[in-house]
Amino acid sequence: MGSPQGGRLVRDTARTGDQWFRLLLAAMAAAVPFVIGTMVVALIAAAWPAILRFGARFLITTTWDPVASQFGVLSFVYGTVVSSALALLIAVPLGLGVSIFLSELVPGWLRTPISFLVELLAAIPSVVIGLWGIFVLVPWVRTTAEPALQASLGFLPLFRGPPLGLGLLTAGLILSVMVVPFVVAVSTAVMRAVPTAQREAAQALGATRWETTRTAVLPYARSGILGAIFLALARALGETMAVTMVIGNVAQIRVSLFAPAYTIPAVIANEFAEATGDLYVAALVYAGLVLLVVTVAMNALARLLVNRVVQGPSFIAE
Amino acid sequence: MPKQLEVRDVETHAPTLVGANTAVQTDDLHAWFDQLHALRGITLNVPERQVTAIIGPSGCGKSTFLRCLNRMHELVPSARVSGTVRVHDQDIYAPGIDPVLVRRRVGMVFQKPNPFPTMNIYDNVAAGVRLAGERDRRRLDDVVERSLRAAALWEEVKDRLRKPGTSLSGGQQQRLCIARALAVSPEVLLMDEPASALDPAATLRIEELARDLAKEITIVIVTHNMQQAARVSDVTGFFLGGQLVEFGPTNGLFTRPTDKRTEDYITGRFG
Ligand SMILES: Nc1ncnc2c1ncn2[C@@H]1O[C@H](COP(=O)(O)OP(=O)(O)OP(=O)(O)O)[C@@H](O)[C@H]1O
Ligand SMILES: [Mg+2]
Repeated sequence: MGSPQGGRLVRDTARTGDQWFRLLLAAMAAAVPFVIGTMVVALIAAAWPAILRFGARFLITTTWDPVASQFGVLSFVYGTVVSSALALLIAVPLGLGVSIFLSELVPGWLRTPISFLVELLAAIPSVVIGLWGIFVLVPWVRTTAEPALQASLGFLPLFRGPPLGLGLLTAGLILSVMVVPFVVAVSTAVMRAVPTAQREAAQALGATRWETTRTAVLPYARSGILGAIFLALARALGETMAVTMVIGNVAQIRVSLFAPAYTIPAVIANEFAEATGDLYVAALVYAGLVLLVVTVAMNALARLLVNRVVQGPSFIAE
Repeated sequence: MPKQLEVRDVETHAPTLVGANTAVQTDDLHAWFDQLHALRGITLNVPERQVTAIIGPSGCGKSTFLRCLNRMHELVPSARVSGTVRVHDQDIYAPGIDPVLVRRRVGMVFQKPNPFPTMNIYDNVAAGVRLAGERDRRRLDDVVERSLRAAALWEEVKDRLRKPGTSLSGGQQQRLCIARALAVSPEVLLMDEPASALDPAATLRIEELARDLAKEITIVIVTHNMQQAARVSDVTGFFLGGQLVEFGPTNGLFTRPTDKRTEDYITGRFG
């Protein structure tokens, strides 16, 4: 190819195909942020009347009165946040337990079928999970779980009030079922990414299996696990269908977890079709915007944390 | 090649060998990975409070042998062991023996330094003692200082014990790992190519350290580097294809190998 005197190092135009290809890929890559960007702009535009009218007050008031054209999103925020927090409270310990089992204990041939089954859970359409919620979970919560909680923990205001079955507690339970697969998938992956050398370091000091997990695996994977939790949270915050089927859909803030509540995605889904008047529609879009900002922030944080573990430990400073 | 090696003082060395007690004794030790027969009947006596080097070409079973001495081998799924290993006359594969306790008596240092990255220097050294249940602050301080001194690292880190272990240089990290292993007061310390990831200066420090430590405990060190084996060890075993070809005082093995294969290896004719 090159002459004996030495090949040319400067490239001529023979490589333009390469450049076209690169251009094409760049355009494709740019399309994604573009779509997201236009989406945000469109949402802001649609929400604009409500943003002008209510401003930040929208976030801290609870009145949601389409007839009087008064809109405040706080009770929906409350329902969204509390049901999601409940979901995490259940799903995180459960999911971590399953992940530790899958990554540290189970023999290799069993790992694949088990994680397949767990991840299958994520594939069930949420409306189907909602049906299961209505026909199985709600009656069980009403007749068994809530009376039992009231009997044992009824001294806490959280567990007082009539057992309805439809409410925050049930929403949290159903959400936890839906987010467990995410916790399991991501935290199993980060735990499996912990180098063998780390486990052996602990084992050589006389650590049992659980001690090895505790001293070597979990600390190394900690920020990835945190990422898994944020991912689950983002997912729980945005979940619509199953939640609206079991939460009772009442815009109110009550201390009791037995009380019905309402979430942002649920109110948008339920009211958007019948929303009359520009301000009503704008208020719903504004609520959607609030949700978007929160979930995107959670997701971004989650990715950041997961990537750090996958890329190795050098990040872990004091 | 062996003639270029610095031959250590045979006169002062040989008598200590004769008088040495046995710290670890293996008898017809076999090890498998699934179908792969990695160790094929190793019988040898590791002398107490000396440095025993294990040399041999890549894949000959050096690491496997080492890992059989503290029951780390069986942590690999499908791994199997037969034969006996006695540590100070106790059969560590006997029924009822807890491998976790074996590993506290027979410590291990790995090829690549592997400090716990989320722990600071102090906590790294204290990790094993804490696992063993020690909570008393004063005693922990004591163990940490003693172990770091024994690993010749104390002077370098005493003012930054709260810095992450990973903030140290590679050689310092390896000495940190040695300190961590020493903290649980093992009787035997296994070192699997502890200097192969280090530069020459750091390597020399590890070698010096191994010699120093052998005043108190028994060291078994795997190395690829024959000069290193010659510099650091009292006794050397040459492994080939999962078998022990030759085992004896280091000077003798390097200057007058009895087996043709040993001679070929140490003169660099293969491996
Ligand atoms: N985890 C494992 N699973 C299956 N086979 C293994 C495993 N570890 C080692 N082996 C095999 O066992 C044999 C002995 O390996 P070992 O690691 O003991 O060699 P070594 O002498 O330490 O080599 P090196 O000098 O390269 O470290 C080799 O054939 C190797 O391929
Ligand atoms: Mg090896």
